[in-house]
Amino acid sequence: MDKPLRIVIAKPGLDGHDRGAKVVARALRDAGHEVIYTGLRRTPAQIIETVRDEDAILLGLSSLSGAHGHLFPRICETLRENNMGDVIVFGGGIIPEDDRQALFEAGVKAIFGPGTSTEEMVAFIETAVERNDAGVGSDTDWHWTGLS
Amino acid sequence: MSLAREGDRRALARLLSSIENGETVLETKIDPSDEWKILALTGPPGVGKSCLLDRLLHVWTGKGMRIGVLAVDPSSPRSGGALLGDRVRMTVVDHPEKKDYVYVRSVATRKSSGSVPSVVQEMAACLLMTGWDRVIIETVGAGQSEVRCAAVADRIVLIEGPARGDGVQAEKAGLLELADAILVNKSDLPGAERHANELRESLQLGNGTPPEVQLVSALKGDGIDEAATLLMGLRQTSRAERARWRERILSHHERQILNHSEFNTILTNLEEGLIGFDEAYTKLRDANE
Repeated sequence: MDKPLRIVIAKPGLDGHDRGAKVVARALRDAGHEVIYTGLRRTPAQIIETVRDEDAILLGLSSLSGAHGHLFPRICETLRENNMGDVIVFGGGIIPEDDRQALFEAGVKAIFGPGTSTEEMVAFIETAVERNDAGVGSDTDWHWTGLS
Repeated sequence: MSLAREGDRRALARLLSSIENGETVLETKIDPSDEWKILALTGPPGVGKSCLLDRLLHVWTGKGMRIGVLAVDPSSPRSGGALLGDRVRMTVVDHPEKKDYVYVRSVATRKSSGSVPSVVQEMAACLLMTGWDRVIIETVGAGQSEVRCAAVADRIVLIEGPARGDGVQAEKAGLLELADAILVNKSDLPGAERHANELRESLQLGNGTPPEVQLVSALKGDGIDEAATLLMGLRQTSRAERARWRERILSHHERQILNHSEFNTILTNLEEGLIGFDEAYTKLRDANE
């Protein structure tokens, strides 16, 4: 890849478990990308300001507190409201299978649970940036369904 | 550029990316005026550069100054990727009244050597052109001989900490000689005062007016207001004019080579033994002339 992708890895909400976020940040770094880590307990507004100021094209959200159903859609909505519909959003953490469809519908393009390989995440990112319908503002229902 | 000037931060962020990627080239000029525009904060890893900068930004933005920050972290020499973590320390970007007065951008060193990639000079110029009063560059955690920041900044502030070695360390040549001011952070810990005194003694022996050495504690907030005032009014100590020009030339030369369209191909050819070093270097150099 000619120029590295800029990716924000963020921890919205109140849980303090950032091992997963750090592992993901590290894996994306090792894949040659530039990862901006926000630290713990960020609000949706803070996360979006970071994405904006850092000119990130991808935003990874990590949540282990069960608040994903509220926080992830809110962040997607705020991105659209702020004219940042081209940002690609993915999530991870403890996200029950039953909750995932609603998140995809809200604009999240991939959900990675425990045990996801770093290869898969890197494959998602490289696929998503090549597509023109992966941004949070796009209307299509494409989302990542795993390595084919 | 016009959108960025009107305060569209996304347009500004994109413009900076395009400069960083070499897609937009800005003319930079060196401003010899008394008031600095670009200041580098440098010092060894873990002395508290980011935390201290955050404290200083609270003071400056509280006075209505508009400050752009370029926070540099290293890229992996193997993968080319980077983990940019300086922002974690920045609380000023979340402050409801102050956040509009500060723009923080994380920058990876990418292929450059040294503590500051030369493209940062253009990024800083871009911030100054889009309505930011001053630019602070926070360098990669830097060692004794990391003087490349002299190429991009009008002033250099060295951040030190306690327990950084005995008096002989303070006598050593390098970065210390180029600093326009020195802040000894972590003054709440034992040994900070002694280290500051050792630095003062060493600097007294040099030519010209020695730079100020001040004690601060980013943790407790001690000495921050004084440091903020000192830094804003910092004059050129001109102990380093020759070194500055040397670093500017080296930095420019390095950038020319790194921007060579065939740089990666030539590296691969070298790696695979297809060409020799002399041939590779000649290719890279000649195309630039």
